[in-house]
Amino acid sequence: MFAAENGLKGDPRLQAISDAIRVVPHFPKQGIMFQDITTLLLDHKAFKDTVDIFVDRYRDMDISVVAGVEARGFMFGPSIALAIGAKFVPLRKPKKLPGEVIAEAYELEYGSDCLEMHVGAVKQGERAIVIDDLVATGGTLSAAIRLLERVGAHVVECACVIGLREAKGQCRLNGKPLYILVEPREVDGCY
Amino acid sequence: MSAYRDKDPRIDGIQSKIRVVPNFPKPGIRFQDITTLLLDPKAFKDTVDLFVERYKGKNISVVAGIEARGFIFGPPIALEIGAKFVPLRKPKKLPGKVISEEYVLEYGRDCLEMHVGAVEPGERALVVDDLIATGGTLCAAMKLLERVGAEVVECACVIELPDLKGRECLNGKPLYVLVESH
Repeated sequence: MFAAENGLKGDPRLQAISDAIRVVPHFPKQGIMFQDITTLLLDHKAFKDTVDIFVDRYRDMDISVVAGVEARGFMFGPSIALAIGAKFVPLRKPKKLPGEVIAEAYELEYGSDCLEMHVGAVKQGERAIVIDDLVATGGTLSAAIRLLERVGAHVVECACVIGLREAKGQCRLNGKPLYILVEPREVDGCY
Repeated sequence: MSAYRDKDPRIDGIQSKIRVVPNFPKPGIRFQDITTLLLDPKAFKDTVDLFVERYKGKNISVVAGIEARGFIFGPPIALEIGAKFVPLRKPKKLPGKVISEEYVLEYGRDCLEMHVGAVEPGERALVVDDLIATGGTLCAAMKLLERVGAEVVECACVIELPDLKGRECLNGKPLYVLVESH
Protein backbone atom coordinates (compact mmCIF):
# COMPACT_ATOMS: atom_id res chain seq x y z
CA MET A 1 0.00 0.00 0.00
CA PHE A 2 1.20 3.49 -0.74
CA ALA A 3 1.64 5.95 2.12
CA ALA A 4 -0.44 8.56 0.28
CA GLU A 5 -3.40 6.20 0.23
CA ASN A 6 -2.87 5.11 3.78
CA GLY A 7 -3.05 8.09 6.10
CA LEU A 8 -0.53 10.41 4.48
CA LYS A 9 -2.61 11.78 1.60
CA GLY A 10 -1.34 15.22 0.64
CA ASP A 11 1.53 15.04 3.10
CA PRO A 12 4.08 17.53 1.68
CA ARG A 13 6.96 15.42 2.96
CA LEU A 14 6.15 12.73 0.36
CA GLN A 15 6.47 15.16 -2.55
CA ALA A 16 9.80 16.41 -1.24
CA ILE A 17 11.05 12.84 -0.84
CA SER A 18 10.00 12.00 -4.39
CA ASP A 19 11.65 15.15 -5.74
CA ALA A 20 14.89 14.32 -3.96
CA ILE A 21 15.27 10.99 -5.75
CA ARG A 22 17.32 11.16 -8.93
CA VAL A 23 16.45 9.12 -12.02
CA VAL A 24 19.46 7.79 -13.92
CA PRO A 25 18.49 6.50 -17.36
CA HIS A 26 19.94 3.28 -18.74
CA PHE A 27 21.61 2.08 -15.53
CA PRO A 28 22.73 -0.64 -15.04
CA LYS A 29 21.64 -1.37 -18.60
CA GLN A 30 19.62 0.09 -21.50
CA GLY A 31 15.98 0.67 -20.78
CA ILE A 32 16.23 0.75 -16.99
CA MET A 33 15.35 4.10 -15.34
CA PHE A 34 17.36 3.68 -12.15
CA GLN A 35 15.87 5.30 -9.04
CA ASP A 36 18.90 6.78 -7.26
CA ILE A 37 18.30 7.39 -3.54
CA THR A 38 21.79 8.79 -2.92
CA THR A 39 20.45 12.27 -3.73
CA LEU A 40 17.78 11.77 -1.05
CA LEU A 41 20.58 11.08 1.46
CA LEU A 42 22.13 14.44 0.54
CA ASP A 43 18.95 16.28 1.54
CA HIS A 44 18.98 16.14 5.32
CA LYS A 45 15.37 17.17 5.79
CA ALA A 46 14.01 14.77 3.19
CA PHE A 47 16.16 11.91 4.53
CA LYS A 48 15.02 12.63 8.08
CA ASP A 49 11.39 12.80 6.93
CA THR A 50 11.78 9.42 5.22
CA VAL A 51 13.01 7.81 8.42
CA ASP A 52 10.42 9.65 10.55
CA ILE A 53 7.51 8.41 8.43
CA PHE A 54 8.61 4.80 8.92
CA VAL A 55 9.33 5.37 12.63
CA ASP A 56 5.87 6.91 13.19
CA ARG A 57 4.28 3.91 11.52
CA TYR A 58 6.20 1.18 13.37
CA ARG A 59 6.97 2.59 16.82
CA ASP A 60 3.80 1.27 18.46
CA MET A 61 3.64 -2.05 16.62
CA ASP A 62 5.86 -3.94 19.07
CA ILE A 63 8.53 -4.55 16.45
CA SER A 64 11.76 -6.00 17.84
CA VAL A 65 13.58 -6.65 14.54
CA VAL A 66 14.37 -4.39 11.62
CA ALA A 67 15.96 -6.49 8.88
CA GLY A 68 17.72 -4.50 6.16
CA VAL A 69 18.66 -5.83 2.75
CA GLU A 70 22.24 -5.17 1.63
CA ALA A 71 23.33 -2.57 0.81
CA ARG A 72 20.81 0.25 0.44
CA GLY A 73 18.57 -1.25 3.12
CA PHE A 74 21.49 -0.56 5.45
CA MET A 75 21.13 3.16 4.80
CA PHE A 76 17.56 3.32 6.13
CA GLY A 77 17.13 0.36 8.46
CA PRO A 78 19.48 1.20 11.35
CA SER A 79 18.03 4.67 11.96
CA ILE A 80 14.53 3.21 12.08
CA ALA A 81 15.67 0.41 14.41
CA LEU A 82 17.37 2.87 16.77
CA ALA A 83 14.30 5.09 16.95
CA ILE A 84 11.86 2.27 17.69
CA GLY A 85 14.16 0.37 20.06
CA ALA A 86 14.53 -2.67 17.80
CA LYS A 87 17.61 -4.61 16.81
CA PHE A 88 19.02 -4.22 13.31
CA VAL A 89 19.71 -7.39 11.36
CA PRO A 90 21.66 -7.11 8.09
CA LEU A 91 20.63 -9.51 5.33
CA ARG A 92 23.66 -9.96 3.12
CA LYS A 93 25.00 -11.38 -0.10
CA PRO A 94 26.84 -14.69 0.28
CA LYS A 95 30.10 -14.96 2.21
CA LYS A 96 29.92 -11.53 3.83
CA LEU A 97 28.57 -12.52 7.24
CA PRO A 98 31.33 -14.13 9.32
CA GLY A 99 29.34 -16.43 11.56
CA GLU A 100 27.02 -19.36 10.94
CA VAL A 101 24.29 -18.36 8.49
CA ILE A 102 21.11 -19.55 6.91
CA ALA A 103 20.71 -18.83 3.20
CA GLU A 104 17.75 -18.31 0.89
CA ALA A 105 18.03 -18.34 -2.89
CA TYR A 106 15.95 -16.11 -5.13
CA GLU A 107 15.42 -15.58 -8.83
CA LEU A 108 17.04 -12.83 -10.84
CA GLU A 109 16.12 -11.86 -14.37
CA TYR A 110 18.99 -14.10 -15.48
CA GLY A 111 20.03 -16.70 -12.95
CA SER A 112 19.70 -16.58 -9.20
CA ASP A 113 21.26 -14.98 -6.14
CA CYS A 114 21.26 -15.65 -2.44
CA LEU A 115 20.54 -13.76 0.78
CA GLU A 116 22.03 -14.77 4.14
CA MET A 117 21.23 -14.08 7.78
CA HIS A 118 23.19 -14.94 10.91
CA VAL A 119 21.91 -17.89 12.90
CA GLY A 120 20.74 -16.66 16.29
CA ALA A 121 20.18 -13.05 15.26
CA VAL A 122 16.41 -13.42 15.34
CA LYS A 123 14.44 -15.51 17.81
CA GLN A 124 11.23 -17.40 17.37
CA GLY A 125 8.16 -15.23 17.84
CA GLU A 126 9.89 -11.89 17.28
CA ARG A 127 7.94 -9.32 15.25
CA ALA A 128 9.96 -8.05 12.29
CA ILE A 129 9.87 -5.60 9.44
CA VAL A 130 12.01 -5.85 6.31
CA ILE A 131 13.39 -2.66 4.80
CA ASP A 132 14.94 -1.92 1.42
CA ASP A 133 15.18 1.21 -0.72
CA LEU A 134 13.06 -0.12 -3.57
CA VAL A 135 10.76 -3.02 -4.46
CA ALA A 136 10.54 -4.13 -8.08
CA THR A 137 9.58 -7.76 -8.64
CA GLY A 138 9.69 -8.51 -4.93
CA GLY A 139 12.15 -11.39 -5.36
CA THR A 140 14.67 -10.10 -2.83
CA LEU A 141 12.01 -9.13 -0.30
CA SER A 142 10.39 -12.56 -0.65
CA ALA A 143 13.71 -14.20 0.15
CA ALA A 144 14.10 -11.91 3.15
CA ILE A 145 10.64 -12.84 4.42
CA ARG A 146 11.42 -16.55 4.03
CA LEU A 147 14.66 -16.19 6.02
CA LEU A 148 12.86 -14.56 8.93
CA GLU A 149 9.98 -17.03 8.86
CA ARG A 150 12.37 -19.97 8.79
CA VAL A 151 13.61 -18.96 12.25
CA GLY A 152 10.05 -18.49 13.49
CA ALA A 153 9.79 -14.71 13.35
CA HIS A 154 6.56 -12.98 12.37
CA VAL A 155 7.08 -10.56 9.47
CA VAL A 156 4.64 -7.75 10.15
CA GLU A 157 5.34 -5.72 7.01
CA CYS A 158 7.87 -4.92 4.28
CA ALA A 159 8.79 -1.26 3.96
CA CYS A 160 10.35 0.44 0.94
CA VAL A 161 10.96 4.04 0.01
CA ILE A 162 10.08 3.40 -3.66
CA GLY A 163 7.71 0.89 -5.18
CA LEU A 164 7.70 0.00 -8.83
CA ARG A 165 4.49 -0.43 -10.78
CA GLU A 166 4.60 -4.23 -10.65
CA ALA A 167 4.30 -3.95 -6.88
CA LYS A 168 1.25 -1.70 -6.93
CA GLY A 169 -1.21 -4.37 -7.95
CA GLN A 170 0.07 -6.94 -5.54
CA CYS A 171 0.07 -5.12 -2.25
CA ARG A 172 1.27 -8.22 -0.51
CA LEU A 173 4.38 -10.34 -0.76
CA ASN A 174 4.02 -13.96 0.30
CA GLY A 175 0.83 -12.68 1.95
CA LYS A 176 2.75 -9.96 3.81
CA PRO A 177 1.72 -6.32 3.49
CA LEU A 178 3.98 -3.90 1.69
CA TYR A 179 4.28 -0.23 2.67
CA ILE A 180 5.74 2.16 0.10
CA LEU A 181 6.36 5.91 0.33
CA VAL A 182 6.60 6.98 -3.31
CA GLU A 183 6.31 5.74 -6.87
CA PRO A 184 9.24 5.95 -9.23
CA ARG A 185 9.55 8.91 -11.58
CA GLU A 186 9.97 8.30 -15.27
CA VAL A 187 12.35 11.06 -16.18
CA ASP A 188 14.49 13.52 -14.36
CA GLY A 189 15.16 16.82 -16.10
CA CYS A 190 18.27 17.73 -14.19
CA TYR A 191 20.60 14.78 -14.53
CA MET B 1 42.53 9.21 20.16
CA SER B 2 40.12 6.66 21.46
CA ALA B 3 37.18 6.68 23.78
CA TYR B 4 38.65 3.43 25.11
CA ARG B 5 41.34 5.43 26.83
CA ASP B 6 38.89 8.03 28.08
CA LYS B 7 36.90 5.15 29.57
CA ASP B 8 33.39 6.40 29.02
CA PRO B 9 31.19 3.97 30.97
CA ARG B 10 29.35 2.98 27.81
CA ILE B 11 32.50 1.58 26.18
CA ASP B 12 32.62 -1.68 28.13
CA GLY B 13 29.08 -2.51 27.09
CA ILE B 14 29.89 -1.79 23.46
CA GLN B 15 33.09 -3.84 23.48
CA SER B 16 31.36 -6.79 25.11
CA LYS B 17 28.85 -6.95 22.27
CA ILE B 18 31.41 -7.26 19.49
CA ARG B 19 31.89 -10.89 18.51
CA VAL B 20 35.27 -12.21 17.40
CA VAL B 21 35.00 -14.88 14.71
CA PRO B 22 38.25 -16.85 14.29
CA ASN B 23 39.64 -17.70 10.88
CA PHE B 24 37.32 -15.50 8.86
CA PRO B 25 37.61 -14.72 5.99
CA LYS B 26 40.70 -16.89 6.08
CA PRO B 27 42.89 -18.81 8.59
CA GLY B 28 44.70 -16.62 11.07
CA ILE B 29 42.33 -13.65 10.87
CA ARG B 30 40.25 -12.87 13.98
CA PHE B 31 37.25 -11.10 12.45
CA GLN B 32 35.62 -8.35 14.51
CA ASP B 33 31.91 -8.89 13.98
CA ILE B 34 29.78 -5.84 14.76
CA THR B 35 26.49 -7.52 13.81
CA THR B 36 26.10 -8.70 17.41
CA LEU B 37 26.44 -5.08 18.56
CA LEU B 38 23.51 -4.18 16.27
CA LEU B 39 21.38 -6.80 18.04
CA ASP B 40 21.60 -4.84 21.31
CA PRO B 41 19.54 -1.66 20.92
CA LYS B 42 21.12 0.01 23.93
CA ALA B 43 24.71 -0.75 22.93
CA PHE B 44 24.04 0.25 19.31
CA LYS B 45 22.45 3.51 20.48
CA ASP B 46 25.40 4.18 22.81
CA THR B 47 27.77 3.66 19.87
CA VAL B 48 25.96 6.21 17.74
CA ASP B 49 25.54 8.60 20.69
CA LEU B 50 29.29 8.63 21.39
CA PHE B 51 29.97 9.78 17.83
CA VAL B 52 27.07 12.24 17.80
CA GLU B 53 28.22 13.82 21.07
CA ARG B 54 31.66 14.30 19.59
CA TYR B 55 30.59 15.79 16.26
CA LYS B 56 27.38 17.70 16.88
CA GLY B 57 27.80 21.45 16.66
CA LYS B 58 31.15 21.20 14.87
CA ASN B 59 29.83 22.44 11.53
CA ILE B 60 30.21 19.07 9.85
CA SER B 61 28.04 18.90 6.75
CA VAL B 62 29.17 15.55 5.30
CA VAL B 63 29.30 12.07 6.78
CA ALA B 64 30.89 9.71 4.26
CA GLY B 65 30.40 6.02 4.97
CA ILE B 66 32.39 3.17 3.47
CA GLU B 67 30.51 0.26 1.92
CA ALA B 68 28.96 -1.68 3.47
CA ARG B 69 29.32 -1.55 7.26
CA GLY B 70 29.96 2.20 7.15
CA PHE B 71 26.39 2.42 5.81
CA ILE B 72 25.13 1.05 9.12
CA PHE B 73 26.78 3.62 11.40
CA GLY B 74 27.11 6.66 9.10
CA PRO B 75 23.46 7.52 8.38
CA PRO B 76 22.26 7.60 12.02
CA ILE B 77 25.20 9.89 12.84
CA ALA B 78 24.51 12.12 9.82
CA LEU B 79 20.83 12.43 10.68
CA GLU B 80 21.55 13.39 14.29
CA ILE B 81 24.21 16.01 13.52
CA GLY B 82 22.34 17.56 10.59
CA ALA B 83 24.74 16.41 7.88
CA LYS B 84 24.24 14.72 4.55
CA PHE B 85 25.23 11.08 4.13
CA VAL B 86 27.50 10.17 1.23
CA PRO B 87 28.03 6.47 0.44
CA LEU B 88 31.50 5.51 -0.78
CA ARG B 89 31.08 2.38 -2.84
CA LYS B 90 32.82 -0.45 -4.65
CA PRO B 91 33.06 0.03 -8.42
CA LYS B 92 29.95 0.08 -10.64
CA LYS B 93 27.42 0.36 -7.81
CA LEU B 94 26.79 4.11 -7.96
CA PRO B 95 24.60 4.95 -10.95
CA GLY B 96 25.71 8.49 -11.70
CA LYS B 97 28.99 10.07 -12.68
CA VAL B 98 31.70 9.10 -10.18
CA ILE B 99 35.27 9.77 -9.22
CA SER B 100 37.38 6.76 -8.24
CA GLU B 101 40.32 6.18 -5.95
CA GLU B 102 42.36 3.01 -6.12
CA TYR B 103 43.95 1.44 -3.08
CA VAL B 104 46.24 -1.48 -2.37
CA LEU B 105 45.06 -4.74 -0.81
CA GLU B 106 47.20 -7.48 0.65
CA TYR B 107 47.01 -9.15 -2.78
CA GLY B 108 46.03 -6.81 -5.60
CA ARG B 109 44.03 -3.60 -5.65
CA ASP B 110 40.52 -2.36 -5.11
CA CYS B 111 38.69 0.86 -5.81
CA LEU B 112 36.34 3.21 -3.98
CA GLU B 113 33.92 5.54 -5.79
CA MET B 114 31.95 8.67 -4.90
CA HIS B 115 29.28 10.50 -6.87
CA VAL B 116 30.41 13.70 -8.56
CA GLY B 117 28.54 16.61 -7.03
CA ALA B 118 27.73 14.89 -3.74
CA VAL B 119 30.27 16.97 -1.84
CA GLU B 120 31.10 20.64 -2.45
CA PRO B 121 34.47 22.35 -2.00
CA GLY B 122 34.97 23.64 1.52
CA GLU B 123 32.57 21.22 3.19
CA ARG B 124 33.71 19.72 6.48
CA ALA B 125 33.52 15.92 6.40
CA LEU B 126 33.83 12.82 8.53
CA VAL B 127 34.68 9.38 7.21
CA VAL B 128 32.96 6.52 9.02
CA ASP B 129 33.60 2.78 8.92
CA ASP B 130 33.12 -0.04 11.40
CA LEU B 131 36.82 -0.81 11.67
CA ILE B 132 40.28 0.46 10.76
CA ALA B 133 42.93 -2.19 10.06
CA THR B 134 45.76 -1.17 7.71
CA GLY B 135 44.02 2.10 6.89
CA GLY B 136 44.08 1.57 3.13
CA THR B 137 40.34 1.98 2.61
CA LEU B 138 40.06 4.99 4.91
CA CYS B 139 42.97 6.60 3.16
CA ALA B 140 41.28 6.16 -0.23
CA ALA B 141 38.09 7.62 1.24
CA MET B 142 39.92 10.68 2.52
CA LYS B 143 41.54 11.20 -0.87
CA LEU B 144 38.18 11.14 -2.63
CA LEU B 145 36.85 13.85 -0.34
CA GLU B 146 39.98 15.96 -0.57
CA ARG B 147 40.00 15.70 -4.36
CA VAL B 148 36.68 17.53 -4.46
CA GLY B 149 37.95 20.16 -2.05
CA ALA B 150 36.33 18.99 1.16
CA GLU B 151 38.13 19.16 4.49
CA VAL B 152 38.30 15.81 6.26
CA VAL B 153 37.91 16.75 9.91
CA GLU B 154 38.30 13.24 11.32
CA CYS B 155 37.99 9.54 10.58
CA ALA B 156 35.66 7.71 12.95
CA CYS B 157 35.58 3.95 13.51
CA VAL B 158 34.00 1.72 16.09
CA ILE B 159 37.08 -0.56 16.29
CA GLU B 160 40.80 -0.09 15.71
CA LEU B 161 43.36 -2.87 15.26
CA PRO B 162 46.34 -0.82 16.46
CA ASP B 163 48.89 -3.55 15.67
CA LEU B 164 48.20 -2.98 11.97
CA LYS B 165 49.23 0.67 12.33
CA GLY B 166 46.39 2.05 10.23
CA ARG B 167 46.66 5.36 12.06
CA GLU B 168 50.01 6.01 10.37
CA CYS B 169 48.39 5.65 6.97
CA LEU B 170 46.12 8.61 7.55
CA ASN B 171 48.65 11.33 6.75
CA GLY B 172 48.18 13.09 10.05
CA LYS B 173 44.40 13.18 9.91
CA PRO B 174 42.90 12.52 13.32
CA LEU B 175 41.27 9.17 14.02
CA TYR B 176 38.65 8.58 16.69
CA VAL B 177 37.79 5.05 17.74
CA LEU B 178 35.66 3.60 20.48
CA VAL B 179 37.41 0.30 21.13
CA GLU B 180 40.75 -1.31 20.36
CA SER B 181 41.37 -4.97 19.62
CA HIS B 182 44.76 -6.62 19.75
